[in-house]
Amino acid sequence: MGRYVIRRLLQFIPTVLGTMFLLHYMTSLAIQFSGNPVRALFGDRTPPPALLEAVTERLGYADPCLDQRGNPCFGLFFDRVADVFLRFDFGINLRQREVTELVADAIPFTLKLLVIAMVFEAVVGIAAGVWAGLRGGSFADNLVKISTVFVISVPIFVLGVVVREFVGVKFGNVLRDQAWIPEVISNGMFSPGFKPDYPFASLIIPGMVLGAVSLATTARLTRTSIMENIRADYVRTARAKGLANKRVIGVHTLRNSLIPVITFLGVDIGAAMAGAVVTETIFNVPGIGRLVTLSARTGESSVVIGVVTMLVLVVLVANLLVDILYAVLDPRIRYE
Amino acid sequence: MSDLTSAGTAIGGAPVGAEGPVPDAPATGGKERSASLWADARRQLVRDPVFMLAFVYVLVVGSMAAFPTLWTSQDPRNCSTDRSRLAPSGDHPFGFNILGCDYYSHAIYGARPSIVIAIMATGAIVVVGGALGLLAGYYGGWVDTIISRLMDIFFSLPFLLGAIVFLTVIKRQNILTIALVLFLLSWPTIARIIRGSVISSKDLDYVHAAKAVGASNGRIMWRHILPNAIAPMLVYATIVLGAFVAAEATLTFLGVGLQPPEESWGIMISDHQVYFLEDPWLLLFPCGLLVGTVLSFILMGDALRDALDPKFR
Repeated sequence: MGRYVIRRLLQFIPTVLGTMFLLHYMTSLAIQFSGNPVRALFGDRTPPPALLEAVTERLGYADPCLDQRGNPCFGLFFDRVADVFLRFDFGINLRQREVTELVADAIPFTLKLLVIAMVFEAVVGIAAGVWAGLRGGSFADNLVKISTVFVISVPIFVLGVVVREFVGVKFGNVLRDQAWIPEVISNGMFSPGFKPDYPFASLIIPGMVLGAVSLATTARLTRTSIMENIRADYVRTARAKGLANKRVIGVHTLRNSLIPVITFLGVDIGAAMAGAVVTETIFNVPGIGRLVTLSARTGESSVVIGVVTMLVLVVLVANLLVDILYAVLDPRIRYE
Repeated sequence: MSDLTSAGTAIGGAPVGAEGPVPDAPATGGKERSASLWADARRQLVRDPVFMLAFVYVLVVGSMAAFPTLWTSQDPRNCSTDRSRLAPSGDHPFGFNILGCDYYSHAIYGARPSIVIAIMATGAIVVVGGALGLLAGYYGGWVDTIISRLMDIFFSLPFLLGAIVFLTVIKRQNILTIALVLFLLSWPTIARIIRGSVISSKDLDYVHAAKAVGASNGRIMWRHILPNAIAPMLVYATIVLGAFVAAEATLTFLGVGLQPPEESWGIMISDHQVYFLEDPWLLLFPCGLLVGTVLSFILMGDALRDALDPKFR
């Protein structure tokens, strides 16, 4: 096990470096073809050349290779890698704020969103899956089966817009007209967008939208694996021993059935982080996704590379943890 | 997972086993039994109402994309702002959009970019991802190491985030670049599928036999190993077509996809999202078309998986 983990950790190195180089090359190409991003700071005014040069130098866009089209700028790349991993310096954006600081400001919102989404999809998804799986072929089963296919095929932005308008605006307006409903619910939870006054309540609905698609997958996965396990010999043995139905289902069946579901939830962290971009845009949440989108638009390569590298590391670590967890939960799996 | 088509499976599976074990099977019963996997699958799919319904829907959307004039004689760019957001009527079944253009023809012409992008990107991932997966699985060793690390790099980039970064950096957002970005970010999945099934089938006896009679590496890969990997690839490709249609609309909605003078479902949705409460039909028509297309591809993929999996027979 220890050797397996070390081998996996070593494999991270080429992956992370490769991803960083890919992003570095893309952003360098953008600068080489469309010009110095620093000029965006001055808007439509033409800055004095000396000033432009000084600012460019300070922000780290002065390397001559950024003027040669198609040059992969290896020198700049190695400097950047050394900065990130040896000095933990992710660089600065055009306004000279540290990238680490920008991320520290944005990450709480994205994290809250992710936690809400994960809790929602795990609790509701597993409950729906168990409900359907225990009654194969019944009305409940068909309801879960059909509704999950529909949810999977609705793109997250369509769902987000519809929920924002229906729940946030229309239903929210009804609630806001009622005097007896507390502000937290009418203005916070059912607001059409993120509100800084209610940093948690106004993220609940965006989080549920984010979790909805994976919820459907979770429910289907739970359902199939419950249906497989309910017929297993050890479940029959447990029944034959005379255990209460609650215990047979809750302990014997569920524990085994949840192994693939937990794996899926772990892998889904990465997907949810990407999906958060859409949810954050629709509900106007100042999180990581918006940070990356905005900085890609202004050509701030240090921010894009820094933030995406951090996210890639999170995805890789999450995947590794899932693989380890898999072995812990299912003793049949051995990593040599 | 895909139980929606279990009804179809029961019907489609009937002809093989219905007669029971026929005593004179070697003499006459050969015709039904010797049918290939593909013939069996086709027979099962044709009798599956869910699959046929989804297939017809995809054909309709496909014909909208290929021959929009078949569906409408209006020009989606013939606009007049005094007709802005007029409700649906007989002549104009979808009404008019915010700029006063005919919404029905806009929706018809909007099918093309989504479908073209989805087909181009899917074709590219099947060819490139398939080839790389085949090479990695067959040769193993350092070829496998390099290709696998390359897959890891693209795999670890969250899909939408990567697409947004690439597209904003490229700055030229048209059908070609969007298809390219979708291809770049999703080829590893198909390469992984192919690699897995190549590894599992390359040590089988008939492959060794082919090697023993002196078949070249290329021939073994193409004639003996690849056919085993086609079925899972086909299932995945069908589902991914729907995913790409959704991805194109999502990217367009976020402003990094196609840009407004073009017609696209994503543009229709993003332009009219604020009018949802006053004129819900402005959103319902494009959303309905989009969701229907994605749903059809997913259902088709599910039915294909059931039909191509011999375990379900």
